Amino acid sequence: MDQFAAKVFVRLRPSVLDPAGEATKSASIKLGAEGIKSLRIGKMIEVKIEGNDENEVREKIDLLCDRLFANTVIEDYEYSLEKL
Amino acid sequence: MDNFTVGVVVFPGSNCDRDVSWALEGCLDIRTKYLWHESSDLSDVDAIVLPGGFSYGDYLRCGAIARFSPLINALYEFVKSGKRVLGICNGFQILTESGFLPGALVANKNLNFICDDVELDIVSSKGGWFNNGDEKQTIKLPIAHGEGRYHCDSDTLKKLVDNELIALRYKNNPNGSSFDIAGITNEKGNVLGLMPHPERACDETIGGTDGLFTLKSLILK
Repeated sequence: MDQFAAKVFVRLRPSVLDPAGEATKSASIKLGAEGIKSLRIGKMIEVKIEGNDENEVREKIDLLCDRLFANTVIEDYEYSLEKL
Repeated sequence: MDNFTVGVVVFPGSNCDRDVSWALEGCLDIRTKYLWHESSDLSDVDAIVLPGGFSYGDYLRCGAIARFSPLINALYEFVKSGKRVLGICNGFQILTESGFLPGALVANKNLNFICDDVELDIVSSKGGWFNNGDEKQTIKLPIAHGEGRYHCDSDTLKKLVDNELIALRYKNNPNGSSFDIAGITNEKGNVLGLMPHPERACDETIGGTDGLFTLKSLILK
């Protein structure tokens, strides 16, 4: 069995308003940062996982993303996978 | 209906389970039974309430972890058999995460945790959860939530409207919900999810009785 590290990024879909992102954008501007056009907050989930090969691990991560990590009604996800 | 029993589900982090039980037993004389989330035996309850609170600390997303409890697994058969399920606040969030109801509940538009009484239009009498008989009526119920903004895509919204699945709409939308939606039912009408708390409006002395009818309708066949 090989070890893999996945980094999963979960983001609100562009059509879903992100009030926390808006509030953080407002604070960023108060801090003095100029030129911020948009700021949206997502989640990053790190998973260490075993598997025989990359395809098998991708199947597992896809299932996790689809059923648990993201609610695809409101969120999109993407991930990177690295063999350790 | 002497033996009619309503199961009140208790997740780690539920905090309205006792309020629901108090309202059903004390105000309506309906027997209740607490159901721990790890139980999957629903054979001795006739209807189920998923109460408000913060199941599993709202980790990941509200209702996301609760979805995988043995009780929710058993709920699919229970709903299929036509028995009635009421999800209040966090219970509504669990019902959407589990796919019993469409859409999702996300952070309030203004980011505030809103604790207030709100006026609601009863839009549909589907499932008989409200005493309106298809005539539009207004009731007042308390809300208490930080993530109660109902969101769905335009196709889902059209389906909700066309099939009369929208049960309640806010008169003055407090949280930014799509189409002012405060509560919806499934197509059969035996599942209702709503953000307002009917169990907190069951006695004149503590804020009105507009919630009584909805809780009482749990005993409908």
